[in-house]
Amino acid sequence: MNFSLSKEHEMLRELYRSFTVQEVKPLAEEIDEEERFPVETVEKLARYGFMGIPFPKELGGSGAGNLAYAMAVEELSKACGTTGVIVSAHTSLCAAPIYEFGTEAQKQKYLPPLAKGEKIGAFGLTEANAGTDASAQQTKAVLQGDHYVLNGSKIFITNAGHADTYIVMAMTDKAAGTRGISAFIVERGFPGFSIGKKEKKMGIRGSSTCELIFENCIVPKENLLGKEGQGFKIAMKTLDGGRIGIAAQALGIAQGAIDETVKYVKERKQFNRPISAFQNTQFELAGMQTKVDAARLLVYRAATLKEAGASYATEAAMAKLYASEVAMEVTTKAVQLHGGYGYTREYGIERMMRDAKITEIYEGTSEVQKMVISSAMLK
Amino acid sequence: MKIIVCMKQVPDTNEVKLDPVTGTLIRDGIPSIINHDDKAGLEAALCLKDQFGAHVTVLTMGPPQADKALREALAMGADRAILLTDRRFAGADTWATSLTLASAIRKMDYDLIIAGRQAIDGDTAQVGPQIAEKLSIPQVSYVEDLEVEEGQTSIIVKRIFEEGYHRIRVKFPCLITTLAEMNTPRYMSVGGIMAAYNEKQVETWTLDHLDMNPDHAGLKGSPTKVRKSFTKAPKAPGKKFNAEPDAAARLILDALKERFIVE
Amino acid sequence: MEIQNYSDVMVFVEQREGHVQKVSLELISKGREIADELGARLKAAVLTAGLTHPVHSLIELGCDEVILVEHPILEPYTTEPYTKALTEVIRAHNPEIVLFGATTIGRDLAPRVSSRLDTGLTADCTKLEVDLENRNLLMTRPAFGGNIMATIICPNHRPQMSTVRPGVMQMAEPVVGRMGVCRNFEVAFSPADQHVEVLEVVKASKKKVNIEDATILISGGRGIGSPEAFPILESLADKLGGTVSASRAAVDAGWIDRSHQVGQTGKTVRPDLYIACGISGAIQHLAGMEESEFIVAINKDEGAPIFDAADLSIVGDVHKIVPELIRILPELGNRNAQ
Repeated sequence: MNFSLSKEHEMLRELYRSFTVQEVKPLAEEIDEEERFPVETVEKLARYGFMGIPFPKELGGSGAGNLAYAMAVEELSKACGTTGVIVSAHTSLCAAPIYEFGTEAQKQKYLPPLAKGEKIGAFGLTEANAGTDASAQQTKAVLQGDHYVLNGSKIFITNAGHADTYIVMAMTDKAAGTRGISAFIVERGFPGFSIGKKEKKMGIRGSSTCELIFENCIVPKENLLGKEGQGFKIAMKTLDGGRIGIAAQALGIAQGAIDETVKYVKERKQFNRPISAFQNTQFELAGMQTKVDAARLLVYRAATLKEAGASYATEAAMAKLYASEVAMEVTTKAVQLHGGYGYTREYGIERMMRDAKITEIYEGTSEVQKMVISSAMLK
Repeated sequence: MKIIVCMKQVPDTNEVKLDPVTGTLIRDGIPSIINHDDKAGLEAALCLKDQFGAHVTVLTMGPPQADKALREALAMGADRAILLTDRRFAGADTWATSLTLASAIRKMDYDLIIAGRQAIDGDTAQVGPQIAEKLSIPQVSYVEDLEVEEGQTSIIVKRIFEEGYHRIRVKFPCLITTLAEMNTPRYMSVGGIMAAYNEKQVETWTLDHLDMNPDHAGLKGSPTKVRKSFTKAPKAPGKKFNAEPDAAARLILDALKERFIVE
Repeated sequence: MEIQNYSDVMVFVEQREGHVQKVSLELISKGREIADELGARLKAAVLTAGLTHPVHSLIELGCDEVILVEHPILEPYTTEPYTKALTEVIRAHNPEIVLFGATTIGRDLAPRVSSRLDTGLTADCTKLEVDLENRNLLMTRPAFGGNIMATIICPNHRPQMSTVRPGVMQMAEPVVGRMGVCRNFEVAFSPADQHVEVLEVVKASKKKVNIEDATILISGGRGIGSPEAFPILESLADKLGGTVSASRAAVDAGWIDRSHQVGQTGKTVRPDLYIACGISGAIQHLAGMEESEFIVAINKDEGAPIFDAADLSIVGDVHKIVPELIRILPELGNRNAQ
């Protein structure tokens, strides 16, 4: 068991860090305040190969694997949870299912622009009445000759409005239950497809979270992803991979909060000494870092298993469950250690706490993760 | 167009701290980076590669760990990387260093050699011009901007002085030294890092590969030697004064003079 | 040639468009001291297309001999003609020591000359002393990015060469009526000696730098009282070759643009010199500048927390101190000799 990173991974981490400090961090506060999707950052991310990290060079990717991808999301999220989720949703929830389940033709058509970051991706599963109960899909898809007609809507879709490529789940055979759900590749611009209301959120406010509306939306037959009825399985497998990305995001948010707090407690003086001299501060920080390190090992393990082609769903669920809980706990403590200043928007620490919360909810709530883990244990 | 970029891996001297108790430098854990002036030179070379398809070779004389700096250059887009490494190079002053680098350069074809103006650890700004002298080619230092002329056999550079600048035409082959202010170097790309480690390689050359008098290498070959080195006194606690304006101004001016802060 | 056959100290007197640079006068003064210690003579090598500075003033400052190379190819400065000329002068005179100003010219010329002569060169010396036992020049300079000092010697090669930055050595008082000689030195230049072509000579002041790159920052806070005080800080910054920055209070008050803000919600800076004017030193501000190399704080309030972070604290009125500082600054500034 090797706990050290390869030379490539060390160098990748340096790249991620310098990019984050110079390009991402300076914008983090502004895009949160303005609820603005950082278009300029995404262009730069694309230029340096961040939008297709795990995909092969032949398909426009960087060929660096899943661990490198998880590390990228981690480092970006240290400064900005929004930037981390933009990359994560794009890579794991849109590009990955096309790579894993697409036909040669679909891969050749859709993957290179996504992997190069020329186009942005999104994933539409959740509906007003189908959250944790994802199988309760009401969006319908009816085959009519050479195309499907989609009707229905999706909510809480990350990257919506800026994405060009959407993986959308819809019911093709109601009677068959989950085996009646199919997956489609839907392009912005398909007739009948529009973006609905944009959500106002507690955190990751720069992330564009919107409704997708399908009103007799025409989707060519060739855009069926996998076979009819495979949609639910594709969605679940996609979420398994997506969990690694979100776990990495939570991990990054947590570590970023600790790093800011360490700086602060060395500067802040009360009772004639820096508050880092007080044992309470020291012990709190020790506990926080230990948990974050444990989360890191879970995230890296899941990413490494996926990269090796081994089964990883349970490990990914564990990583997501633990990292998101740790992120919430650590960011809350970080705000506390900042005292009054921690509550003001002058310091970025309150934003980190607001950003952390969603990691316990999306891509499968913590409760869902527990279902996945226990069901593997009780087989 | 063939370009050789001379690069040095240096400790990030901005991050160096003094041990407050012993007064000695804490050298452990200081990150190593590509020297800023050199990196600007590399970026200039990579821009010429983007524009004209130039071939870019990066060359470093250093210990084995300088391999990492060369990989970084490859990850940014350099085509070839050469590490000159040999225990016998150790302790070289700028004369011996420039002779060693020139000997390596003589084994290659080149139109343009780019070196950074100075390294942040040595701060001498000597190696670039000394290499040019050993190769008997023209040099222009303090270059802040450059453009290639039609025909690609000469360049026009902006050479900075304290009170302004000159625009200078110089024909290939020549050497220029570059300033960090010249540009903002690109990042490595994710794919570039993978290629640097899996597709490209770092060639390692020792003293035996070079056609030079071995007695001229390293400490042995260096005309200058360090007689002693010592840390500056640790930062003294601040001094506070209640003073009339003229005395106050005088205090400030004296402090500035003492620290050679003004050029 | 044997080391003992080299003698005397030589200073490369740098001139631009005929004006002798002040750093060369500082080096003549230092060169005179060194020559006296060694019991040697002091010579000045002047390369020019036409000198406006009177040669006898170099002698009054301490030179025994001025060697004058005069030729149109020597203006403006380009590397090869200067290298050729100076190398010939050195080979004809065999000095044991040659000193250069560490200017954008000196740092281009000295390495080329030292390499042509296959001798050692030490850059940016802050101290020069003589070891009388062996006539070695002890050259002390900052190393490792300025974090340590090193004393360098060049025991087996001659001449020993050093560059010294302007303002480091003190200029001595001239001795009016001091005697010395001035000799013309012929160098056979040909057009082939010109390896580059100067297309344009442009005089320009240094462009505005953003505060994160500045090595000198003059920073204003609420204590400067009004936006009208910023021009005075600008003036000080200009004279020092620095840039103006500000605390959040000054920015929020609309006195200066946000791009100048130092602090938690502004930029983090680490200049060599940070002069805080009328800044109280709240924790958010300190976070942005406490890593500065040398911090001077001027504030009316004796208890201002900025004084805890400053190296030099002055309790006083910025409006009186800064103009006074500007008034006495010329002692440092002018590169050209009067």
